[in-house]
Amino acid sequence: MSEEQEVVTVVKAPVYLKYNFTAGAAPARFLAQIKKGVLTGQRCPKCSAVYVPPRGSCGGCGVATEEEVVLSNKATVQSFTIVYIPIPNNPIQPPYIIANVVPDGANVSFIHLMSECVNEDVHIGARVEAVWKPKEEWGFAMDNIRYYRPIDEPNVPVDQIGKLSVNGQEG
Amino acid sequence: MKEIAIVGFQQSNSVSDAGAVNEVEMIMPVLSRIFQQVGINNAQDVGFVCSGSCDYLQGAAFAFVAGVDALGAVPPIKESHVEMDAAWALYESILKIRMGHADSALIYGFGKSSPGELPIVMSQQLDPYYLAPLWVDSISLAALQARLMLDQGLITERDMAEVVSQSRRNAMNNPHAQLAGDVAPDDVLAQEMYLSPLRKADICPVSDGASAMIIATVEKAKEWGLPYAIISGIDHCIETHNLGMRDLTDSVSTRTAAKRAGMGAGPVEVAELYAPFSHQEIILSRALGLGDETLINPSGGVLAGNLMMASGLSRIGEVFNRIVSGEVQRGIAHATSGPCLQHNLVTVLEKA
Repeated sequence: MSEEQEVVTVVKAPVYLKYNFTAGAAPARFLAQIKKGVLTGQRCPKCSAVYVPPRGSCGGCGVATEEEVVLSNKATVQSFTIVYIPIPNNPIQPPYIIANVVPDGANVSFIHLMSECVNEDVHIGARVEAVWKPKEEWGFAMDNIRYYRPIDEPNVPVDQIGKLSVNGQEG
Repeated sequence: MKEIAIVGFQQSNSVSDAGAVNEVEMIMPVLSRIFQQVGINNAQDVGFVCSGSCDYLQGAAFAFVAGVDALGAVPPIKESHVEMDAAWALYESILKIRMGHADSALIYGFGKSSPGELPIVMSQQLDPYYLAPLWVDSISLAALQARLMLDQGLITERDMAEVVSQSRRNAMNNPHAQLAGDVAPDDVLAQEMYLSPLRKADICPVSDGASAMIIATVEKAKEWGLPYAIISGIDHCIETHNLGMRDLTDSVSTRTAAKRAGMGAGPVEVAELYAPFSHQEIILSRALGLGDETLINPSGGVLAGNLMMASGLSRIGEVFNRIVSGEVQRGIAHATSGPCLQHNLVTVLEKA
């Protein structure tokens, strides 16, 4: 009599692959600037849209972006969400805010954290500014900006978000 | 059925390391050259776009989506992707045109293989239960295949060295080649074994780069006023993923695909074969019954530079170039995918 075989329902086959990742020529220029404490974007030669962080092309036009543009530390909240789940191994305690912010001078947003704010008061169109880490901690990374915090400026109307010049609401 | 023509082809150089460029930066120069060749602005001017790539190569999730940033996709375009060589993106595009959903298509393939350990990366395309967990790399599998052939007396090491020598010499006329030179079979045989019975020269190099093609209905090609070649047939066949259940010394799927694509309906003046290992060129040319009347891999083939996910499309582009230049009137191009020539596609091209 053969014994009944146990049914195999799981096979564990973890995948480990090593890569020498390169960000790309345009992102590399961006990262070199952010290491110096400067936030930069790149302008499309065709439609003039400014991308941050730049990937090397204007996705709309399909052409290379070459011109480097220095952006402001000030930005506008394009959208946000309040997160109630902790990030594993991260000191940030929930509830915290993740926001899409558009720096003045750029036309697209990127995701970053918000702090020094009353979560319930954060809203679309709110004005914020970057809070940088101490200079000695700057690396080739987006988290040189620790977070964005609210500033006392009038709201940006929804149809104007992503259209401010590098001089913000003044220009 | 609508006749379909190739109207343009461009490829980047095959390089061992494209350096700091990302996907979109690697694709854009090739696409801008093909838009210029065909006289259009961007992907807005074709009816369909299909790309071939594999995110495992550069180890970046959704790298294929980044490729779309090279197209000019605003307003939205009709676009698709295959996680395969772009030769299969061509196949999808042909179906799209035949169904009447488009009258032209842009096809592009790209691969940046240098960031990873390619032979190991390729082990992850194997059967996920029995083979992938063993991490059998692509070179080891090809070495087993070559060993089978040698032990059965189907080839000699000199036959393999002659394939390498011919590739290196042919590649001297290919400005995009990564490996070229006046190399004699004896020079190859003098090399030390890398993974017995394969020497380094028997193995295609690891390459970075991209290629692109534009196809159209014959009416559209005439409207554009461009020289073109007709795709008179295309077909592909796949064999079992279980390597122990197929005859690794033959390529039944290549032979079947060629038959169904109509290869036998006329002379084959040129054949571009996707053979990443020297012995595989012998398997393929025998499976297809190619003789002295056929010029095999005048570009040097992929032993001269292997752009993963683009080299299959490039084989077709190489034959297209020879037809529109008037060198030949009819030829075939072969593309492969999977370990030991598992999946094969054959395209027949003819002078208009």
